[in-house]
Amino acid sequence: MNGSLCGAAPNLVEVEDLTVRFVTREATVHAVNGVTFNVKPGEVLCILGESGSGKSVTLRALMRLLPPRRTEISGMMKVDGQDVLSLDGAGLRRLRGGLVSMIFQEPMTALDPVYTIGRQITETIIRHKGGTHAAARAHALDLLELVKIPSAARRLDNYPHELSGGLRQRAMIAMALSCGPRLLLADEPTTALDATVQIQVLILLRKLRKELGMGTIFVTHDLGVASEIADRIAVMYAGRIVEEGPVADVLANPLHPYTRGLLASTVHGQSRDHDIDAIPGSPPDLRRLPAGCAFAPRCAQASAECRTAVPEERRPAAGRMARCVRIPARAAMTETAAAAV
Amino acid sequence: MSGCDRVNAISPAPPASDASRDRGGPAQPLLIARDLRKHFKVQGGGGAFVRAVDGVSFTLFKGETLGIVGESGCGKSTLARLLLHLLRPDSGELVFDGDTVAEMRGISVNALRRQVQMVFQDSYSSLNPRMPVRDTVAFGPFVHGKGKAAARDIARSILSRVGLDPDLFGPRYPHELSGGQKQRVNIARALAIEPRMVILDEAVSALDKSVEAQVLNLLRKLKADFNLTYLFISHDLNVVRYISDRVLVMYLGAVVELGPVDEIFSRPLHPYTRALLGSRPSMNPEQRIEEPPITGDPPSPIDPPSGCRFRTRCPFAEPVCEARVPEPGAWTDRASHVAACHIQVPGSGHSQAVAAATGGNA
Repeated sequence: MNGSLCGAAPNLVEVEDLTVRFVTREATVHAVNGVTFNVKPGEVLCILGESGSGKSVTLRALMRLLPPRRTEISGMMKVDGQDVLSLDGAGLRRLRGGLVSMIFQEPMTALDPVYTIGRQITETIIRHKGGTHAAARAHALDLLELVKIPSAARRLDNYPHELSGGLRQRAMIAMALSCGPRLLLADEPTTALDATVQIQVLILLRKLRKELGMGTIFVTHDLGVASEIADRIAVMYAGRIVEEGPVADVLANPLHPYTRGLLASTVHGQSRDHDIDAIPGSPPDLRRLPAGCAFAPRCAQASAECRTAVPEERRPAAGRMARCVRIPARAAMTETAAAAV
Repeated sequence: MSGCDRVNAISPAPPASDASRDRGGPAQPLLIARDLRKHFKVQGGGGAFVRAVDGVSFTLFKGETLGIVGESGCGKSTLARLLLHLLRPDSGELVFDGDTVAEMRGISVNALRRQVQMVFQDSYSSLNPRMPVRDTVAFGPFVHGKGKAAARDIARSILSRVGLDPDLFGPRYPHELSGGQKQRVNIARALAIEPRMVILDEAVSALDKSVEAQVLNLLRKLKADFNLTYLFISHDLNVVRYISDRVLVMYLGAVVELGPVDEIFSRPLHPYTRALLGSRPSMNPEQRIEEPPITGDPPSPIDPPSGCRFRTRCPFAEPVCEARVPEPGAWTDRASHVAACHIQVPGSGHSQAVAAATGGNA
């Protein structure tokens, strides 16, 4: 697991210039516009963004879960060396649930209501790994105990509607882990949970990651959740990653004006005598993206340069990236890089 | 009925000016809820009941913001609907500015709704999809007796007050607006009949963070401009802390703690409040929460635990918690800080109960 910190470790996930468009007769929605990121084995990358920023679409593209007829995907996506875009039906079935698995926001709609939890987990195990029904069921029981479901043996025979929200989400995590995936995709897995249950699930996911060493991409809109679970954060806005870096650095010293605005407008302990520093306006329409930086219409520091072309990636320090013309290209690069080595 | 009743010859329909609408005087609480109860029968449950709201009492003072927090299923939304008589309480009493609601010699439900309005969480489903939003906003004043032209004028002015250009946004339909804009329309709709109190039921919870901040700022401004009293229901403790003057914490249909906001956040008395506060993400990756403050999920409100409802998840539970329902301490004025916990009651039989001298409340 310490290998994740070492630069030489091969990337588990490599995404380059991913573009996703939804084409209908009326309009083309530019959901993801050239996204590039890597995830190392055992690392947790949080994709942070508001609704419509393209974070969930990016996640679904990695598993090819988007409707094929209406979706145009281009770019390159590799998981554990496999090119996801070139996979056919059988290859995709091996990938989904085997190499890569996913936890969804709403466990009630993601689980099948007419089969018991135990049956759904054993089916996944037998489908991917073979073996007898009894062995798979024993493994399913181990999994429920791993995710700390109380009286696990009894819960195996429960239907999803018989479980509470927190237990249902744990059952879905157990199912996602059943075939030992190298990569776990989590799409707002704690958003639908109560606060006291959310922190339990976050602590559980953190512990499992340490024990099982899988890479994780965790999508959330909540800065607090990201600060509890992430190693690195990628902030998305209008289908582009506008800032990326280690979680502590991004939260303590955000580079992009959008990240700064997001931090300022998140309510946590502000004085009650003042207004919150809200970002004015609302996110752009993904059918008609503005030329240049998509955040420029809401940005107080925007200049004519921002509106002409999409800002290039700037890397002012090791591991940090932001797409903003106001960031010096490689200013403090040398000393921070030296400190990192 | 109660000592707060005032037999008054003035008709319940409020005159427009503010001083004359304030019938009880500034010291009279705007709303008093006493022992409100609402149980829902479980379909096919063999006579089982969901005890959604089980004996809730509180007082809302004029001009304040009372935050109500709790997890899903704790009854906070049911409570909001009881206050507006969108649901009929099974028992209990509501007193609005000295007048009992829907009882003899009190004010009617209609008169109550002229003075209390509500903004719901789902901004889309609470607007009529087949009506331009200016008509939606004008509908309230029209129903309450204004002429069509006058109602439209009110809608125009109130839309601009919530930050929407009436010429640009007024003719649009709800599906043509973003989430934040729809919620602004809902706020305008609620304010169009000049209410004195607004119930905000998770009104900002579905919005993105950057939009949520805009709407919170707007709500604070409108409160000052229109001299409003807010009941702010939310599961987000940080937002409640920012906007509230006092906070009420609910668990499984009952009040567990009530007090001024700084008291609740700096010196929580009830173990559940402490757990709720401790469950907030730290916002600091260097200081992550390593142990969950409490384990398990809230139990079902169909058959809540006997005695103290929180005892099944409480680290301090003792036999006395199972045997007796803890009563919140004596509540006197708006600075009172009370909790329904045996530990806070001297001589309750709990081994950690506070000594009689210090008392449970500030």
